[in-house]
Amino acid sequence: MPTYSRCAACKYLRKKCPSDCIFSPYFPLNNPRRFENVHKIYGAGNIARMIQKIPVHLREHAIDSLHFEAHCRVEDPVYGCVKIISQLQAELNWAQNQLVKTQAEIALVLNIYGPKEEPFSDLQVNEEDDSCDIGYHNFQPNNYGLQPFDPSVLGYGLS
Amino acid sequence: MGSGSTPCASCKLLRRRCAKDCMFAPYFPPDDPQRFALVHKVFGASNVGKMLQELPVHQRADAVSSLVYEANARIRDPVYGCVGAISFLQNQVTQLQMQLAMAQAEIMSIQMQQDPTTALMQNQLELSDDKSFLLSTSDNFSDLQQYLNNYATSTGNVIQDPLKRESMWT
Repeated sequence: MPTYSRCAACKYLRKKCPSDCIFSPYFPLNNPRRFENVHKIYGAGNIARMIQKIPVHLREHAIDSLHFEAHCRVEDPVYGCVKIISQLQAELNWAQNQLVKTQAEIALVLNIYGPKEEPFSDLQVNEEDDSCDIGYHNFQPNNYGLQPFDPSVLGYGLS
Repeated sequence: MGSGSTPCASCKLLRRRCAKDCMFAPYFPPDDPQRFALVHKVFGASNVGKMLQELPVHQRADAVSSLVYEANARIRDPVYGCVGAISFLQNQVTQLQMQLAMAQAEIMSIQMQQDPTTALMQNQLELSDDKSFLLSTSDNFSDLQQYLNNYATSTGNVIQDPLKRESMWT
């Protein structure tokens, strides 16, 4: 007797699941909640339409992100995943302010105490004699090899 | 309907009569048709209506704003939508935190050289302050982390190349 199994989407929608069902690769039967959430927020028709416009190798990522957003919206019907963006923006602003403040403190401390004393600065090092190489190299403050951050590039402008 | 005889943006797009008590009218004025067009394209008018109906009136404006934001994000980035923005922002936060940690270590190092006792006391005071912030307490943060760990890094396009994705959001 041939077995017939439907994907979670077709089971939910109570229809036959064809061999070329657009949903079946992304909504397995063992995770019905995945399709329920996505269908509740976007609707099956919208999902199918969106998937069709996306290259096949990116569809799983698209469905995963849609599912995540749908899940956030189900949990928080007012703000959905936008709440996370808002929180991250606030955290970014806080970290940026802290960094500016700390860099100002460094400048102030250097002003008060003068440049940081190099350890072993009075040690005479013979450039040609490797046995005396203590391996100390000058440390450059405020240049940690990371990209400088400019918050204006975000422009999310959440109100 | 909104004001006078002008149908709201949703009724105009859906080509229907805009009733006096139209649910969409307060949030989709006729002078901004793009706003409704975005949410309709991504979520569908009936889904938006159902979502609004389940909310108390005083929360609907915020809900519509966030839906418009998500819809806009999804249209700009059909694969990752808002999750792309979240990933980008999280990467920026991580970078900034690293810069901040190094700057704080630098200042500590300078202070230790000059005045170790005061520097240690000050460090103790700073450690007792609650510097933890926001995201670790977010209800959805563990879901987000799991999602990003499972999928975002494997794309090579979300976390590893934030500047490239940044161009979608400027």
